[in-house]
Amino acid sequence: MKILVALKRVSDPDHANKVKVGAGGSSVDTSGLEWKVNPFDEYALEAALRLTEDGKTKAHEGEVVVVTLGNKDTETQLRSALATGADRAVRIEAEDSALDGGVVAEALAKLCQEEKPDVILLGKQAVDGDSNQVGQRLAELLDFPMATFAATIVEEANGKLLVGREVDGGVLTLRLTPPCLITVDLRIVAPESVYSKKTDRGFKYAEGVRFAPLPAIMKAKKKPLDVKPLSALTSSQALSTYGKFELPKARKAGVLVKSAAELVDKLKTEARVL
Amino acid sequence: MSKALVIAELAEDGALKRATLSAITFAKKAAPAIAAFDILVLGAQTAAASEELAAHGAGKVIRIEDASLSHYVAERFAPSVAEVARGYQAVFATATSFGKDLLPRVAARLGAGYAGDCADVSVDGGKLTYKRPMYAGNVFGFCQLEGAVQLATVRQSEVDPSEPGGSKSPIEQGSFSSPTAAAGRVEYVSLDAVKSARPELTDAKVVVSGGRALKERFFEVMEPLADALGAGLGASRAAVDAGYCPGDFQVGQTGKIVAPSLYVAVGISGAIQHIAGMKGSKVIVAINKDPDAPIFQVADYGLVADLFTAVPEMVQALKR
Repeated sequence: MKILVALKRVSDPDHANKVKVGAGGSSVDTSGLEWKVNPFDEYALEAALRLTEDGKTKAHEGEVVVVTLGNKDTETQLRSALATGADRAVRIEAEDSALDGGVVAEALAKLCQEEKPDVILLGKQAVDGDSNQVGQRLAELLDFPMATFAATIVEEANGKLLVGREVDGGVLTLRLTPPCLITVDLRIVAPESVYSKKTDRGFKYAEGVRFAPLPAIMKAKKKPLDVKPLSALTSSQALSTYGKFELPKARKAGVLVKSAAELVDKLKTEARVL
Repeated sequence: MSKALVIAELAEDGALKRATLSAITFAKKAAPAIAAFDILVLGAQTAAASEELAAHGAGKVIRIEDASLSHYVAERFAPSVAEVARGYQAVFATATSFGKDLLPRVAARLGAGYAGDCADVSVDGGKLTYKRPMYAGNVFGFCQLEGAVQLATVRQSEVDPSEPGGSKSPIEQGSFSSPTAAAGRVEYVSLDAVKSARPELTDAKVVVSGGRALKERFFEVMEPLADALGAGLGASRAAVDAGYCPGDFQVGQTGKIVAPSLYVAVGISGAIQHIAGMKGSKVIVAINKDPDAPIFQVADYGLVADLFTAVPEMVQALKR
C-alpha cells in the first residue's frame, strides 16, 4: 500500500494562549512560538505507519510519502517525519501568504496525480487556522471517496478499508475502496484503532504516536526529500483573505465559594440559572 | 440581488435536525448583502422536514428526494448540492459533522472559497465578512471570500436557532444529480448512535462535565449531578483518554463545542483545548481541589474542594 500523508507546520498549540494579535489587528503574531507538526497530521502519519506494517514484528511494507507546503524551514518537520518512519518526503516550495485551503488542496491533487497513492491521510484540521477543509476538497478534486474524522481504520482481507468516523451522537462506519482519502481525529492513535491486513486483531499498540529512535534520526538525513515549486502544481490564487484579527473578550474574574450549599444558593439567587 | 442557500440536515428517519435552524438565522443575519434565502432539503423522506422548514421565511424550500440519500454520504449528496448552489451567491450549513464534511467538498466542486465554523457574519464594504475562531478559539479572524459563490458553516453554539414566522414558503421539487465514480467506492455500513435519556450536549441548557480526577467513579459521581440539573453529561479529553467515559462525551476544541446557560466542570484542570469548547457558556462553575487549576480563571463560581464530597453535597443542596 502506498500512502501519502500531508503535514502542516503550525505554531505549537500548547502555547496557543500566547498567540497575540499584531498592532492594528491585521495579523496574528506568532513570534516566539515554537514550530511543530500539526498534532492531527502526526496522528495521520502514525495511522499510515500502522497501515504499512505488521504491528507485532514492525516489518514495514509499502511506502509512506510525507508532503508539506512551505519554505525551507519546514524541512525540519519533514525530516522528523522521515525519522519516525516515512520513506520519502516532498516539499512544495510556497509562501504561507499565497496559500489557503483551496490552493493547498489543488497543489496536493496535482501531486497525487503524479504519485498515485492508494490512500491519502491527513489530520482533520490544522490547529492554527482550524479550517477543516483541505481533506474534503482534495477528495473531491481527485474524485476519491472519503471518510473524515476517522477514529478507527481496519484494512480488510480484500484491501478495502473499514473506517469508523466520530460524528455527532455516535460512530458512523464506512467501507472505502482505495484509492481513497481519510482525515483522522484524536482517537486514531488509541491502542486498538488501526489494523493493517498483517497485524493480528489481538495486537495492541502503545497509546499515542511513536517516537524516532536516535539512529533513525541520523538515517533520516539520507532519505529522499524532493522540492517542487508551487507554480508547477497550481496557478490558483487564494480565495480567502483575513483583513482583521481580534482576541476574544476575557471573562470577568469569578468568585470562590466556601461550600456546595453556598454554590447552589448563588446559582439560584445571583446567577439565576437554576 | 444576492441570494443564499441553506442546506438542511435530517436525521436518518427524515426528522429535521434542530442544528439547521442556526444556519437559517445566519442567512438572515447576512442581510443586506444577502437579500433572500432558500432552503435545500435532501434525503429519502423530506416531506415532513420541508413543511417544518417552510415556516422560517425562506423564498422557497427545495426538496430533493432519492432512495440513495437515505443515509448521509458526502459523495452522494455533494453533486446535487453543488448543482443547486450554482444559482446562489452564498451557501450556508451548520458546522455539525454533516456540514463540516459536506460543504468543503461542495466548495471544491464549485471552485469556491469556504469559511468553516463561523461564529458570526457581518457586511463590510458590501461583502460578507465571516468571524471565525482560530488557534483553538484564542483568536477571532475576520474572513472574506472571493468568487461567484461562497460557502460557510455556522457554529451552532454561537448562533441562536431561527424562530418560525412570516408567510409559508412554497415547496418545490429539485432534481437529483447523479453522483460521480467516487460514490461507487464508498459503502455506508452503520451508524451506532449513542442512546441516552439525557439532552444532547450541544443542545442542553445545562452541561456538567467530569475530568480525570473522577477515575473509575465517573458515572457514580456525575450521573446524580446531571440528573439533579437535567443536564447533558460531558467530559474532558483526559477523562475520555483514560477510558472513564465514551469518546463522544468529550467537550473541547477537538470534541463538542458547547455554550449552555450553566456549565459545571468537575475535577477538570482546564487545558486550553477544553476551555475552547465551553468558554461561550453563560455561567461557568468549577469544582476542583487544586486552587491553582487554570479552570478557575474562567469560572464565574469556583469551589476548591474534594469533588467526591462536594458533588454529593451539591446534589443534596439541589434537591432541597
